[in-house]
Amino acid sequence: MDFNGHKPIYLQIYDHVCERILSGEFHSGDRVMSVRELGIELGVNPNTVMRAFERLQMKEIIATKRGIGFYVCDDAKEKILSEQKKDFLENEVPEFLKKMELYGIKMEEIVSLQK
Amino acid sequence: MIKINNLDFAYRNTQVFKNISLEFEKGNIYGLLGENGVGKTTLLKLICGLQKPQHGSVTVDGLIPSMRQPDFLQNVYFLPEEVITEDTTPEKFIQKIGDFYPHYDFALFNELMKELEVDLSKKFNELSHGQKKKALLACALSLKTDYLFLDEPTNGLDIPSKALFRKVISKYCTDESTIIISTHQVKDVENLIDPIVILDRDDVLMNASFAEIIDKIYFEYGPERLQDAYYTEMLPGGYINVMPNTEHEESNVNIEALFNAVMKNKETIKNLMK
Repeated sequence: MDFNGHKPIYLQIYDHVCERILSGEFHSGDRVMSVRELGIELGVNPNTVMRAFERLQMKEIIATKRGIGFYVCDDAKEKILSEQKKDFLENEVPEFLKKMELYGIKMEEIVSLQK
Repeated sequence: MIKINNLDFAYRNTQVFKNISLEFEKGNIYGLLGENGVGKTTLLKLICGLQKPQHGSVTVDGLIPSMRQPDFLQNVYFLPEEVITEDTTPEKFIQKIGDFYPHYDFALFNELMKELEVDLSKKFNELSHGQKKKALLACALSLKTDYLFLDEPTNGLDIPSKALFRKVISKYCTDESTIIISTHQVKDVENLIDPIVILDRDDVLMNASFAEIIDKIYFEYGPERLQDAYYTEMLPGGYINVMPNTEHEESNVNIEALFNAVMKNKETIKNLMK
């Protein structure tokens, strides 16, 4: 994993775990790796990973079970996708529209790209 | 917990610390930063009992380091920057000192030597600088002390070893351990160190976790140099502006830019972080 960009590292780790759930590496009900394991894998401070996991818990993407550790919630994929969709519409689309205006691109041109 | 209260320390006529107070809490990997000669190594020596405060106090879990009691010494390890060149193998060295440390783990030593790819058959004086550093790191970690102080641990390590270094330190850290890494090579320990302690001549400018830094300071990556920034630096593709976080937005901490911002606005940022 390459850390960069403007987001705090804990949010980048949050995204990283979401991607691994979306890719099917972790299915609903599966145990996810522990904070320690992911910290070692990424070479990151365990406290930073903990912050990412706290957010994943808050968003009900993962939850804890005694004796098991963290596992993936039932509708984790749907929650991640709906959050990403919201982010796309609120942040990426306005940026995209701004660039279209800047370059003088008409909506028809965009539609014609989609065959 | 390490507690430093109203500490004064000087070497002959050179004042290093004047009335500084600072705490280090368990379960953290601290990054100790500061320009050359501000006393990073001296601070580590004071905490592990190699130097004695002239005024004020240093305590580690209530024990006074400079009294050098066995209870204290068996739970602390300081890995200095200069490497030893003893005419012995790392294995013989660790077997010699290991008995003084109750949690010492020889199997872990072997595991680390293998992981860090150090030739077990060679003596310290036959190893390259980087190999020596790695062998000594394996020794230090296998003692499993709660307090571990590393002075410039990544100097001389090759690129893959630096990534490995971050992994082994992350693995070492527990709720009970306090690790302090003194370094100028912040890129080597980025995402590993948190909180950040910044020392200045006679003073402590910052002792803050990433969460606290993100809360107060905003790192803006953009196309222009901003006027009210604490510090601005040109990067490939734009500028990084270190700003007060007035909008309560979260950004990615750039430790180098943070350090430069603190050095340029000592009092302002010191007050901001209080």
